[in-house]
Amino acid sequence: MTRARRRRLLAVLALLAGTAAAAGLLLQAFRSNLTFFYTPAQVEAGEAPPDRLIRIGGLVAENSVKQQGLLTSFAITDTAATLPVEYEGVLPDLFREGQGVVARGRMAAGVFRASEVLAKHDENYMPPEAAAALEAGRTLQLP
Amino acid sequence: MLAELGQLCMIIALGLALVQGLAGGAGRGRAAGMLALARPAAGAQLLFALIAFVLLAHAFITHDYSLRYVATNSNLLLPLFYRIAAVWGGHEGSLLLWALLGAAWGAALAWRSGGLPPALLARALGVLGLVNAGFLLFMILTSNPFARLAVPAADGSDLNPLLQDPGLVFHPPLLYAGYVGFAVAFACSVAALIEGRTDHAWLRALRPWAASAWVFLTLGITLGSWWAYNELGWGGWWFWDPVENASFMPWLAGTALLHCLAVAARRGLFLSWCVLLSILAFALSLLGTFLVRSGVLSSVHAFASDPGRGLFILLLLALATGSALALYAWRAPALLAAGKNFAANSRETYLLLNSVLLTAAVFAVLLGTLYPLALEVFTAERISVGPPYFELSMLVLVLPATLAAGLALLTGWGRDQATRVLRAAWAPLLGSVVVGAVLPMMLFGRWDLGAAAGTALATWLLVTAAGSWLRQRRSGGSVSTQAGMALAHLGVAIFIIGLSYIEAYGVSRDVSLQPGETVTVAEHDFVLREVTADAGPNYQALRAYIDIQGPNGRSFELRPEKRFYYSQESPLTEAAIDITPFRDLYISLGSEIDGGGWSARIQLKPFVRWLWTGAVLMALGGVLAAWAATRPRRRTQAKS
Repeated sequence: MTRARRRRLLAVLALLAGTAAAAGLLLQAFRSNLTFFYTPAQVEAGEAPPDRLIRIGGLVAENSVKQQGLLTSFAITDTAATLPVEYEGVLPDLFREGQGVVARGRMAAGVFRASEVLAKHDENYMPPEAAAALEAGRTLQLP
Repeated sequence: MLAELGQLCMIIALGLALVQGLAGGAGRGRAAGMLALARPAAGAQLLFALIAFVLLAHAFITHDYSLRYVATNSNLLLPLFYRIAAVWGGHEGSLLLWALLGAAWGAALAWRSGGLPPALLARALGVLGLVNAGFLLFMILTSNPFARLAVPAADGSDLNPLLQDPGLVFHPPLLYAGYVGFAVAFACSVAALIEGRTDHAWLRALRPWAASAWVFLTLGITLGSWWAYNELGWGGWWFWDPVENASFMPWLAGTALLHCLAVAARRGLFLSWCVLLSILAFALSLLGTFLVRSGVLSSVHAFASDPGRGLFILLLLALATGSALALYAWRAPALLAAGKNFAANSRETYLLLNSVLLTAAVFAVLLGTLYPLALEVFTAERISVGPPYFELSMLVLVLPATLAAGLALLTGWGRDQATRVLRAAWAPLLGSVVVGAVLPMMLFGRWDLGAAAGTALATWLLVTAAGSWLRQRRSGGSVSTQAGMALAHLGVAIFIIGLSYIEAYGVSRDVSLQPGETVTVAEHDFVLREVTADAGPNYQALRAYIDIQGPNGRSFELRPEKRFYYSQESPLTEAAIDITPFRDLYISLGSEIDGGGWSARIQLKPFVRWLWTGAVLMALGGVLAAWAATRPRRRTQAKS
């Protein structure tokens, strides 16, 4: 192999290694950034992995919202199961009892600690995940 | 009566689009005759689309609530300005806007074709006519804006209050002009494939169209981001939301296309890659329309229960992309034959690298956007892809592209000596690293790797672009193309500064404000003075008066609001922003706290204005490049 060809081979190999590293990094990032969605009933049944970032959804249970300064505690229900939630910070405009919401966070000692609470910006419109959770909850309750 | 006239106009426009589509079958011998048919058809199609559009606007202005579309998107209290904007505030109207813009681009191509040979022009007009016909048919069959209600409504249900903002009035027209604009590049490329030739005239004609579409798309996305920042009330400027990604993907492909066209025009290389990128850019525009308009995003199941609309766009997407790609597979070898060689160390290599990286970025975004949808369809499992994935993929793919941009400008066309490039590159490279290490430290007094890297990259882009522009000026080359490039790269540099400083030095705190008590965030003191009730034209508001004392002794007042629109049940956060060139102070009012006071989110956004300034400069650079590409070249052929 001539020097020029060896150099070219090295360049191509370096390029390939770089591309492979980038692709691997991206796929790794992709996998670790997938956030799975669970209904309160699934969480109660222990299907959700503990200590992992997940999303839950359903209705804000009636008479469950309590505020203490910036700390709000409430419960999310899919009518089959009800999960206590804590969130510190400013809540979205549409947040209120009976409203469909989706919360992102982790389970800790039986309480869901939310880092983000979402309610869709249209009152006729339920976040799709919340609607699905309610649907699942209703089917669970059937005898 | 007028509404029925509007519907008739849409049907006539459809007929004219089909007539225009006939021109696609023009052979070399019949081109002149086909053009004589297609040109007036394109003009008349624009006229009828415009009449339909004006009639719909008239229905909004005169409160004609017998039309379903008007009744769901307007009401008696809505101000005139927003009643006009409401014409494209919903699904049906935005499709009519799309059809109008498509007809406008078609008419523009018909009458200012920029020296396209007649055969190519006739075929391009034909392809464009068929695309427009597809959309008009879609509207007439599934989404008629002129449909009447069985019982006319007394009042409408209002335009979504979030859309009642000047930013969002102009966002859809610009975005759509960009999407549909790529249809022209697509049509020209498909025409070239049918004809089996991509000569210099084709390239010169394609460039200004691609550049103008890209400019519109850039401005549309910028305005959307600016709107989200101002109006959603929580200070975010980009969310990696599928709807945003839908506009970002064609933008990335368009950017790759523009850079490829620069090589093609100068060196006659990458022709088939240009064709492929044109197809990709328009296919992604169609995909974006599908994602936004089919309802598939709000729920896969909602889409499945009313599949008419989504299926139609999907069919259009499959038909346009599929036939174009099949044609490409068949014809591209003929285009490849014209290719010339270039050395590994040349400007071509770096520009190729740039377009490959940008295309890879398109697919990274595509994966993150479509994977959750696919998973839900096939496994009923619901996931979301977090912004960190998108951010990392941009970092991994766009960062090297930006580095390559600078290197490309330091390297000559065709073949260059590695030692010469190194000699030219080391000073700007070293300078950029030094500026990156020093400048953010000086500005913010705190070291941050991201900010340093961002500053270094921005400096690198700026220095290399300015250097290239100056060299070109001295040698008397085509200055405006170079000026356009330099301006666009300056825009990217400014954008990167804004992006990296917000990430590094931005502050966001949720606080509870008690009347009369001082809260300190980011060296500013905040005191809530009072909260009063007030009324606007179609809403009531609770307005907080907050006194602020800045670190340099400047004191001012911000008045964030909670608005209650009469037509809606829920309140809306109207943030208050103190704007300076170097930072925004952003306050959004939360809710009243039991036992007194209000919760609020206070954010300091350093250099946030630089994001949109940079994007507008990119667009201006695109305008210059588009304009330069339509002018006769001073030096007809580059030295090779």
